[in-house]
Amino acid sequence: MLNSPYTLDYLTALESESIHILREAASVFSKSCLLFSGGKDSIVMSHLAYRAFWPAKIPFSFLHIDTGHNFDETIAFRDYLVGELQVNLIVASVEESIKRGDVIEESGVNASRNSLQSITLMTAIRENAFDCCFGGGRRDEEKARAKERVFSHRDAFGQWKPKNQRPELWKLLNGNKKFGENFRVFPLSNWTELDIWNYIAKEKIEVPSLYYAHKRDVFQRDGSLYAAHECVKRLDDEFVEKREVRFRTIGDITCTSAVESSADNIEKVINELKHSSHSERGFRMDDKRSDSALEDRKRQGYF
Amino acid sequence: METRQLQADQLRFAVIGSVDDGKSTLIGRLFYDTHSLVQDQIESLRTEKNSSELNLAHLTDGLKDEREQGITIDVAYRFFSTEKRKFIVVDCPGHIEYTRNMVTGVSHCNAAVILIDATRGIRTQTKRHAFITSLMGVKHLVVCVNKIDLVSDKEKVFEDIKNNFTTFMSQLSIPDVTFIPMSALNGDNVVEKSERISWYKGTSLLQHLENLFLVTDDNHKDCRFPVQRVIRANGASKEPFRGYAGSVESGVFKKGDEVLLLPSQFKTHISEIFQYQNTVEEAFTPMSVVMTLEGDFELSRGDMIVKQNNPPQIAKELDLMVCWLNQKAFNQETRFILKHTTKETQAYVEEVLYKLNIETLKKEEEVRSVEMNDIVRLKVQCAEPLFVDKYKTNKNTGALIFIDSKTNETVGAGFVL
Repeated sequence: MLNSPYTLDYLTALESESIHILREAASVFSKSCLLFSGGKDSIVMSHLAYRAFWPAKIPFSFLHIDTGHNFDETIAFRDYLVGELQVNLIVASVEESIKRGDVIEESGVNASRNSLQSITLMTAIRENAFDCCFGGGRRDEEKARAKERVFSHRDAFGQWKPKNQRPELWKLLNGNKKFGENFRVFPLSNWTELDIWNYIAKEKIEVPSLYYAHKRDVFQRDGSLYAAHECVKRLDDEFVEKREVRFRTIGDITCTSAVESSADNIEKVINELKHSSHSERGFRMDDKRSDSALEDRKRQGYF
Repeated sequence: METRQLQADQLRFAVIGSVDDGKSTLIGRLFYDTHSLVQDQIESLRTEKNSSELNLAHLTDGLKDEREQGITIDVAYRFFSTEKRKFIVVDCPGHIEYTRNMVTGVSHCNAAVILIDATRGIRTQTKRHAFITSLMGVKHLVVCVNKIDLVSDKEKVFEDIKNNFTTFMSQLSIPDVTFIPMSALNGDNVVEKSERISWYKGTSLLQHLENLFLVTDDNHKDCRFPVQRVIRANGASKEPFRGYAGSVESGVFKKGDEVLLLPSQFKTHISEIFQYQNTVEEAFTPMSVVMTLEGDFELSRGDMIVKQNNPPQIAKELDLMVCWLNQKAFNQETRFILKHTTKETQAYVEEVLYKLNIETLKKEEEVRSVEMNDIVRLKVQCAEPLFVDKYKTNKNTGALIFIDSKTNETVGAGFVL
């Protein structure tokens, strides 16, 4: 539609924008890290980081906030990718934070370590003196993300304060800060879930097998399917059965639900997404806790 | 996979107006009627559980923090797509802090949609919105005359608004302006063309946005490549790699081209252009690439690779229009950091030439203080020269931001004149 021979297809334009952000942040901040969860967004972000600095190595470490409740596939994939990219991996453990008494483990049926991650993350930021953490957050995910900046300012307590956020004009990102403050930087801000999958397909990027349909032991709760696992407590009337499922988001086992699906390859996944009647975050129990669940966690220093 | 989806281009457009004009309802309508909302989102819009009535305006509801503190975080970004295009809707709240919100939102857009309430006609704020859209260099404007269902002599009301607004617009410089009568509440002329407004012969808003023939903002004439980062790597056998990473801001760079390096004024040639692992023959905006040059030069972040036949202006003294975004007053002693492309320099305001009254478009030469939302013309002195173009001819190298050196806040948006 553009009246010029010099146009990029939209995925290349998005890629270019993300690479610009990654290079900009890596240049203005003194010590960055990439928050790696093992999910598709952080995998795409890793791929973009590789491209942004090639032929040099990625000039920052990856940081994994480990709740201890991971799918085996996620950890295996993480270790494989880190080896391929030759980056340094730092694992910060929620288990350690619990042992030290920094946080108290939740109890009960829906207990999750998800919100405890914020404390572990802030400890890791302080101990490693990071002033920039790249996150895979996208604006299409949730209403608290729709207003997120690309360079998102956090005070010395790791808090996101709407009032402290700076107007972001054109491509001119302001990373100036005081000692002790840090930034979350979101290179994928303008990508949608479908863009991520189209890019994964276009670039033939590997993702954990959890994203594709497979047979798994699951049980039902509140109309959703959860993986049967030792870290998820089941009630007496919750029975385990084998079903063909896939995961739309991959997080901590305790708060990520599966969907029944036969989409066992990328084309089928993309096709399924186009006809899905639910949003991606609808599969995250952590967001269902209240209307402002994600916003509340962000203010406490969440990703 | 549908190749059509991959090829579809993207339109980022701003929707400007206040709650009263029906902005939230319009955005809700666009999403609902294009089937962009999924079941769990629709459920959250029901006025009551299991009710069939939806409150579409609820889609753009603020965050808890905004509701509690009575503030508006400036801009929200929302996404939808149709068979023809992908859209990013940049939702700019129009009331308090309106100019700041608009300038921020519109700086990311190639088109703007302004709402006018048909029952109230053109108001001062409508003129402000149009003026800022023009100042920001947006080439496509759609004026939605909303709530047309609530007025009696519909066609006359619409024509009157259109004529009055066109007269006002003649003082501005937006080449493409379209008027659409609409009822966002009833969905008339939002996604589907309405049967009820049969006297109107044009298209619906969505049809218009889908088919908008974009006058590209990209400048493919003046070659500007600000160095973002120097990339060094040691090859196993070959010479060490030294490349310059950045985004092409304008112009087209080709392998072998003679280039001029700023500020050193050295001349050399481009050896290779890399788009990550691949080499490409040419690079244009907005491509992010790495260039290698013939010979060894001191070139670092903030420097610029250009062409000798049309270099940018190299200036320490800048003549700027500035939209002020902050409450704090400043004087000649106040030190700012200007961020322009990948370069930052210290600067101070030498003179406030005038303030623009954006209702009358008249210059007010006696300026006691510059306040938030003011549009002022400033003479600024920089510690180091910047490599600039006029904003009118090159947005990417004609735009800059003012950063308060004490608070680090972004306090001004500048346009090089």
